Amino acid sequence: MNSISASESKFAVTISDKAPSRSFLARFQRWEWMLVGLILLDVFINTRLSPFFLDARNLSRTSSDFMEIGLMMLPMVFIIITGNIDLSVASNMGMSASFMGLLHNMGVNIWVAALAGLLLGTLGGLLNGYLIARVKLPALVVTLGTYAFYRGIAYGFLGDQAARGYPEAFTYFGQGRVFGSLIPFSVVLFIIMAVIFGLILHRTTFGRYLYSIGNNENATTYSGVPVEKIKFMLYALSGFMAALAGLILAARFGSTRPDIGTGLELSVITAAVLGGIEINGGKGTMGGAVLSLLLIGLMRFGMGLLNIQGQVQGIALGMLLILSILVPSLIRSISSVGGKFDRRAVLAPVVFLLIFTLFFIFFFWSRSLVIAGG
Amino acid sequence: MAVQNPPVVQGSSSSLRRILLTLVRFREAGISIFILILMTAVTLRAPSFLTLNNFNDILLNISILSIVALAQTMVIITHGIDLSVSSMIGLVAMMVAFVVKQNPEMSILVVILLGMALGAVLGMFNGLIITYGNVPPIIATLGTLSIYRGLVFFYSQGTWINSFELPRGFKLLSKGTPLGLPNIVIFAIVVALIVYYFLNHTRTGRDIFAVGSNPDAAQFAGIRKQRIVFIVYLLSGLLSGLAAVLWASRFESAQTNTALGFELQTVAASVVGGVSISGGVGTVPGVLLGALLLGIIQNSLTLIRISPFWQLAAQGLLILIAVMSDKWILNSVERSKR
Repeated sequence: MNSISASESKFAVTISDKAPSRSFLARFQRWEWMLVGLILLDVFINTRLSPFFLDARNLSRTSSDFMEIGLMMLPMVFIIITGNIDLSVASNMGMSASFMGLLHNMGVNIWVAALAGLLLGTLGGLLNGYLIARVKLPALVVTLGTYAFYRGIAYGFLGDQAARGYPEAFTYFGQGRVFGSLIPFSVVLFIIMAVIFGLILHRTTFGRYLYSIGNNENATTYSGVPVEKIKFMLYALSGFMAALAGLILAARFGSTRPDIGTGLELSVITAAVLGGIEINGGKGTMGGAVLSLLLIGLMRFGMGLLNIQGQVQGIALGMLLILSILVPSLIRSISSVGGKFDRRAVLAPVVFLLIFTLFFIFFFWSRSLVIAGG
Repeated sequence: MAVQNPPVVQGSSSSLRRILLTLVRFREAGISIFILILMTAVTLRAPSFLTLNNFNDILLNISILSIVALAQTMVIITHGIDLSVSSMIGLVAMMVAFVVKQNPEMSILVVILLGMALGAVLGMFNGLIITYGNVPPIIATLGTLSIYRGLVFFYSQGTWINSFELPRGFKLLSKGTPLGLPNIVIFAIVVALIVYYFLNHTRTGRDIFAVGSNPDAAQFAGIRKQRIVFIVYLLSGLLSGLAAVLWASRFESAQTNTALGFELQTVAASVVGGVSISGGVGTVPGVLLGALLLGIIQNSLTLIRISPFWQLAAQGLLILIAVMSDKWILNSVERSKR
């Protein structure tokens, strides 16, 4: 009797404990490995093109440029996995940093001001959460509205003024390095946060709920998961992290202007999506998102060393974003068609190619008239 | 609830509800009421609001917005979104301005057609990625948003085209008033009429709604979904190209940051105008009212002397309120139907 139940329980353990073993190749067919490959390729090309690429001090300086994006990306990963989006992060960041700057200008202690900034950012997140989870408005619409609202409040706080003259203890958050080494403080903060967020996503029930909401929200609600509360929490968290990123950005610049961080929401979303987070929810890993942040950072740094304008760098990043989804889906569709060609399938690409070629001939011709002629 | 109320009150409230219901049957009623309330409030504070001149100003300001918002509406009806409109406007405006600067004698009609053709190519690129490439619209247009904007910088090397470099005829394209109203307003009205006819009275137009409200059913009904989606993005590029020509003409310049951030205004005008972000729902009059509301908000904030620094905040807040009240009206209609 006793031995049977023991063997039964043993049997049960073996089933739940071991994942089905996958072939060696299948393990490497994951998006994360693709990103690792792209990062190595990028490092290889850049070290060839510029001798300054692998300079430790340069890398350390450029790494802190991406930590604000990274900090906002972490909760964004959660939100996108549930199938929602938050376009207001960068505006929320501006609002919190400007509030802190305003209080600082009025002579309030910087730590109290920073705390107030964090509080306001969280409140901003809560408003998003309330409208999305409770009033059940679409996330895209709500955060589009608060995108304008929060940035507007930032302008209202500071107007055409800037806040500056932060004490050194505060600017350490943005500019300081850890124990005399070359690693910026903000990078350490990001790594700790990323580990915490990663563990929550991949090792807790809460994390599983996020995937389940993203895959089927109604089914998740009916199985007793407090979906409303979770969404509320996510947006509050996103607001808090945006405020934290805003404080670090303000500390790094040593000043705050109301337009601080304008447009960063696109970088944040690009980093998450390039990291393999499915925009419709339900798929993606924290590891992928962090790797894609690293890839974007290295690419931007490398192009900067080659004197390519920031806006023109956007062409490469936009292409990367589109190709990261386009290529796998094209491969899938070509392999499913399996060599069947009709005349339409050949004719259409030729026509489109012709149109785009004409466009670019015109593009360069009309440009040469003005640029060369002065 | 109703039983506890005295009968007189119940009677009046139910007739009030009936009036509300008939009003609400038109989706545009909510926003019209909102506009009327806003206009009354503003007129009380600043009587100069209710003048012909001021309305002329508002119309001038919302013409370009309504053209692009109508394009955005067609995209959103198919359950997509086109975030790249602002960058398409920026790129086409710059290219057209370069051409016009070099060929001041060029016929205005050719310039307009050129702008529309260039925009159509850019829109076609969006459409191809989304249909053939199976890339979700928000990702595809987020990508082309930065690609096209990067191309503006690459194209112009950071230079601007200023007012003195543009011929007079080109500048008059938007401001001339041969028909009583400024040309730019006429353009907006004509586009609105064409889009209205297209969406409601042509087969392709009806297919756009079918694809948006139930893509699978549309597919089974023999509608070629990919083709419709492709057309919608192509049209969005085409109308953005037209808007770009008008933009360069109205502001008499082309800059690297032309129309930066404009995509959010177009989405806001559509959504405030009752277009459902989940597809299948939207009307031309609604979107025009949405654009009008945004224009009135912008105009009246200046008139009642709200500090320009707070205007963006007020705009954002009013968008939120408009969307919330629309949801509230819809909810109460649903409840009274039961």
